[in-house]
Amino acid sequence: MKHVTTKRLPPIPAVCLLPVQPLLKRIVKRIILDHPTIFDRLGPYKQCSYVIDAGRLPFLLLLRPDPLNPRLRALTRGPAHPCDARITGSCAQLARMADGCGDGDALFFSRDIHITGNLDAVVCLRNAIDDLDGSIMDSIWGMLRGPGKLLGQPARRRYHRRAATWA
Amino acid sequence: MLRAAVDAGADAVYCGFQNATNARNFTGLNFTSEELHSSVAYAHAHGAKVLLALNSFASAGRFPLWKEAADCGARIGVDAFIVADIGVAAYIAHHHPHCRLHLSVQAGASSPEAINFYCREFGIRRAVLPRILTIPEIRQLKAEIPCEIETFVFGNHGLMVEGRCSLTNYAVGISTNMDGACSPPSKVRYDRDSAGAVIASLGSHVIDRFAPDEQAGYPTICKGRYCTAARPEPFYAFEEPISLNLMEMLPALAAVGVDALKIEGRQRSRAYVGNVVGGFRKAIDAVAAGRAPDLIDLLALTEGQKQTQGAFMTKKWR
Repeated sequence: MKHVTTKRLPPIPAVCLLPVQPLLKRIVKRIILDHPTIFDRLGPYKQCSYVIDAGRLPFLLLLRPDPLNPRLRALTRGPAHPCDARITGSCAQLARMADGCGDGDALFFSRDIHITGNLDAVVCLRNAIDDLDGSIMDSIWGMLRGPGKLLGQPARRRYHRRAATWA
Repeated sequence: MLRAAVDAGADAVYCGFQNATNARNFTGLNFTSEELHSSVAYAHAHGAKVLLALNSFASAGRFPLWKEAADCGARIGVDAFIVADIGVAAYIAHHHPHCRLHLSVQAGASSPEAINFYCREFGIRRAVLPRILTIPEIRQLKAEIPCEIETFVFGNHGLMVEGRCSLTNYAVGISTNMDGACSPPSKVRYDRDSAGAVIASLGSHVIDRFAPDEQAGYPTICKGRYCTAARPEPFYAFEEPISLNLMEMLPALAAVGVDALKIEGRQRSRAYVGNVVGGFRKAIDAVAAGRAPDLIDLLALTEGQKQTQGAFMTKKWR
């Protein structure tokens, strides 16, 4: 992993993550609603647990891409969480990959992402996401309503501006 | 992914089924017959061709898999099959004589005699040349064969002896040529040591250790660094992580009669496909119009963030 100069937000205790969980649940459901075939390619890895360590986030994400019972949960940093694979990178780089704007191999070569655990499961997840038409980030933006949508617009515009120059 | 290539301006796209019949047999990649059907329709609607890769080697008892794949491809209406195994070539030539056959680089045919044999016996219409020939050699070869030629212009530069490399098989018992996977991810492991370095292993073999700020490469034995008693510091025993990039040589390739240019990357992302195909599309169009190609920077997408013109420029490219 490259030396990261940006500071990570301080870890959040588990109780503070409680309000985040329903939001994450909605996000994963929305993604599957918008992209119903997203996890079809995962074959034997639908039951796998992926821990995603997105750089500055004060918590980890746990993804279990079971199409029948998808899970995306926030986990506290600190204790080692059992998982099949762990993917580490900055929020921006991981968002790029999730959106098909970043090349996983290039990010790996440049050491911007790091993978441990079951590499086959990670490659399979990468291939499944890369097979998508459309944007996962747009699905997430699309969930925002009212003031959240209003506040999110500048961030969305900034994301799309930057995405146009990526890769 | 096929759509990304078509949308970026590819004239033809290689693809394969989700099994050992092609040389990119990785989990989560490739097509079901239904997906191939709709993808062929998409490509044809946009004026692009689909070439079905059946370019691994069938072993005893497994030939029906290749036959079924060929029959399915013919039913769907792919524009050509790319093959390496003479048994597969013979089957398609006999049972689907109306289909175009291309010779994969996996066949390792680098002489006029070898290519003429494939043309004569199986009606091969195009040969993909191994990445071991210089431009003058390609010119000479082209003059002595009756078929089209295709050369790699961008991507992986893992040469070894194409179609004959058994390093993965030796290390983990899975054959690149017969199972379609070089360094299958299920056998690769990355561990991080206390100094922040990443140790890459294939099966039980440690093949490299990347220091914290060092560029990484693919976890293949041919790109690994090793220590020996005679040379205790780690060194690249075969070749270093690097990608082929011939964008600058497009005019020379056109001048010696190369008919098609191949970009490697069926296992890469939509971003890679879009950028590399789009960049080469513009460069090729410029050359066709008699202008110098506009060279775009693709270094970020190369292995180890290094690029080479390899054997196309000189026999000794290291």
